[in-house]
Amino acid sequence: MGTVDLYRTVRLIRRFEERAISFVRSGEIVGGIHPYVGQEAIAAGVCAALRPDDVITSTHRGHGHVLAKGANPARMLAELMGRESGLNKGRGGSMHAADFGLGILGANAIVGAAGSIATGAAWAYQRQGKDIVAVSFFGDGAMNEGMLLEAFNLAALWRVPVVFVCENNGYATTMPVESAVAGSITGRARAFGMPAFTIDGQDPEKVLAATTAAVGRARSGRGPTFLECTTYRFDAHHTFEHRARLNYRSTEELSTGRSRDPVEIQGARLAAEQRAAVDAEIEALLDAAAGIAMGSAHPDPAAALEFLYASAEVMR
Amino acid sequence: MPKLSYLKALNRALGDELASDESVFVLGEDVRVAASNLTAGLFDRFGPERVLDTPLSEQAFTNFATGAALAGLRPVIEFQIPSLLFLVFEQIANQAHKFSLMTGGQCQVPVTYVVPGSGSRTGWAGQHSDHPYSLFAHVGVKTVVPSCPADAYGLLLSAIRDNDPVVVFAPAGALGIRDDVEYADLKAVPLGVGQVVREGSDVTVVALGHLVQEALAVADELPGQVEVFDPRTVYPLDVDGLAASVAKTRRLVVIDDSNRTSGFAAEVLAVAAERFDLVVPPRRVTRPDGAVLPFALALDRAVQPGRDHLVAAIHAVLKGDQ
Ligand SMILES: Cc1ncc(C[n+]2csc(CCOP(=O)(O)OP(=O)(O)O)c2C)c(N)n1
Repeated sequence: MGTVDLYRTVRLIRRFEERAISFVRSGEIVGGIHPYVGQEAIAAGVCAALRPDDVITSTHRGHGHVLAKGANPARMLAELMGRESGLNKGRGGSMHAADFGLGILGANAIVGAAGSIATGAAWAYQRQGKDIVAVSFFGDGAMNEGMLLEAFNLAALWRVPVVFVCENNGYATTMPVESAVAGSITGRARAFGMPAFTIDGQDPEKVLAATTAAVGRARSGRGPTFLECTTYRFDAHHTFEHRARLNYRSTEELSTGRSRDPVEIQGARLAAEQRAAVDAEIEALLDAAAGIAMGSAHPDPAAALEFLYASAEVMR
Repeated sequence: MPKLSYLKALNRALGDELASDESVFVLGEDVRVAASNLTAGLFDRFGPERVLDTPLSEQAFTNFATGAALAGLRPVIEFQIPSLLFLVFEQIANQAHKFSLMTGGQCQVPVTYVVPGSGSRTGWAGQHSDHPYSLFAHVGVKTVVPSCPADAYGLLLSAIRDNDPVVVFAPAGALGIRDDVEYADLKAVPLGVGQVVREGSDVTVVALGHLVQEALAVADELPGQVEVFDPRTVYPLDVDGLAASVAKTRRLVVIDDSNRTSGFAAEVLAVAAERFDLVVPPRRVTRPDGAVLPFALALDRAVQPGRDHLVAAIHAVLKGDQ
C-alpha cells in the first residue's frame, strides 16, 4: 500500500473522529465515544498489511480499526447514531461495531477479551485449511488482564496465525502505564516465546513494515508475533471526560505528545496539492456519510430484541 | 435391551456429532485422556485437532471457542468443575451470548458448554458443589439439565446442533443412572420441550436432572396422585407443557437444586402466579438462600433439597396448607 493510501486512511480516521466528537456534543450520538485521535497510524499501518479476508478484533476505542479495515464510513456513523442502516443495524454502537463481511469480528468493550477470540478464530481458519491471519488490537491496560495473557500462551503454544497489536498510549483511562505494568510489555510477550517488537506507533509506514513481517510470519505457519506500538492519545479517554474534569496529564505533556501527529507525519510525505486533494476527497466523503447517517431510520422499538438468538424458532 | 449410562450417553452423543459434522470439535482440560470419561475414546477416533487438550486457561479457551465459532466451527467445551462457570461467566454471558444481537445478526456463536458433574459430588465441599444453571437462565443463555440417559444423548445432540450458545449441566447425581435403551432409538431431543415422566391427578411436581429420580420415588409412594414434569430445558422453559400438566392437577411443587432466591423454582412459581389457576399456593423445595455446600456429609445433605422435603411439600399442597 502506498504513501497516499496510508495518508488517506489516517486522515479519514482523524476527520471521522472529529466529526463524531461534534455529533456527541450536538446530541446526535448518545452515550459518547472513545476517540482514537492521535493513534491513527496504528490502525492504518496494521490494516494496510492485511488481505481483505484477514480478520481483526477491536476495542472500546475501535473506530480507527474498523474504518481502516474498510468499513463504510456512512454505515459506521449511522451505527454510532443508532440507526437501522448502521453496520450493526444500530444494535452495537461505538463499542461493538462489526462487519463480518470485511473480517471485522467486532469491537469489544471488555478490556483484554478479544485476544482469545482472535486466537480462536485464527486457529479455526487454519484448521479449515485457509491461510487467514487474525489481528487483535488492545491497549496497554489490557496487558494486566489475565485472560489476554492466557491467550498469548495458547497462541504461542499452538503456533496460531495471530498478530497481537498493543497500542501503548501511556494510559489506561488515567492510570499511567509505568504505574501499572511491572517489567516491560514486550518482555511479557517474549516470555511466552513469541517475537515481540516495540515500534513507533506514530508513523504509519513503520507500523506497516512491522505488521507486514508479522503477518508473513503468521501466514507461513510460524505462529504469533507481538507488536507494541508506542503512541499517544491526543484527546480524552472518553467524551465524558471533560465533565468529570479528570486531571492526569500536564499541559506540557499534552503538547509534547501531540507534537508527533501521525496525520502530519504521513502528510509531509505527500506533495501539497496531492494532500489537499485527498483532504477534499475525505471531506466530501464524510459530508455524504453524515447526510446518509442522519437521514436514516431509527430502529423500531418493537424489534428491540431482534437478533438475540440465531435460532429464533427455539425461543417462544 | 442394552443398558446405557447417562455419562456414556453424553459420550456417545459427542462421538456421533464429531463423526457426522467436521466442524464439531471438543476442547477442555484433560479431554485427551478423558479424565471425566465424557470424551472416552474420542481422541483415538478423531485425533488432536478434534479433541483439543487445553492448558488451565478457562477464560481464554472459552473465548477461543467463541472465536472458532465465529470462524465457522462448532466447539464443545468440557468444564471439569461446575464452579469454573463462575470464572467464565463473562465469556459466556457477556461475550458469546451477546454477539448475535450486538452485531445486528451478523454472526452466530454455536458453542456448547458441558459440565459432566454439576451439583454435589459428595464430599467435594464448597467450591466444587454448585449447580449454577439458574444463573445462565437468568441471562438468557439456553440452559439444559437432562435427567436420564436418552435425554442426555438427545439434548446434547440438540445443543451441539443449535446455532446459539448452550450450557448443558449433567448433574453428578445423574451420571451413573443406567436405563434400558435401544441404541437405534436414540435421537435428538428438542430444546425447550419438557416431558411428563409420570402421570398423576393431584399435584404437578417439577423436577430437573437427578431430582427427577427423587420425584419419581415419591410418586411411587402416592400412586396416581403425583404427576412429575421434567422441563429438561431450564431456558427456554416449556411453559405450555407445564400449563397442560397444571391445568389437570391445579397444584404445584417445584424441587430445584439451586439456591432459593432468584432461582429456577422462583421462576416457575412466578410463571404459575401469572398464568396458572391453582387451588392452593405452590411450594418450592430448594437449597437455602445463598447456600454454600458444607463438607461434612450430614451437612452437605442438609443443604440439598431431598426426598423428605419434597414429601412434606407435596403433603402440604395436597392438604391445602399454606
Ligand atoms: C475488563 C475491563 N475492565 C475495566 C473496564 C473499564 N475500562 C474501559 S476502557 C479502560 C481503559 C483501557 O485502557 P487501555 O487498555 O490502555 O486502552 P485505551 O483506553 O488506552 O485505548 C477501562 C479501565 C473495561 N471495559 N473492561
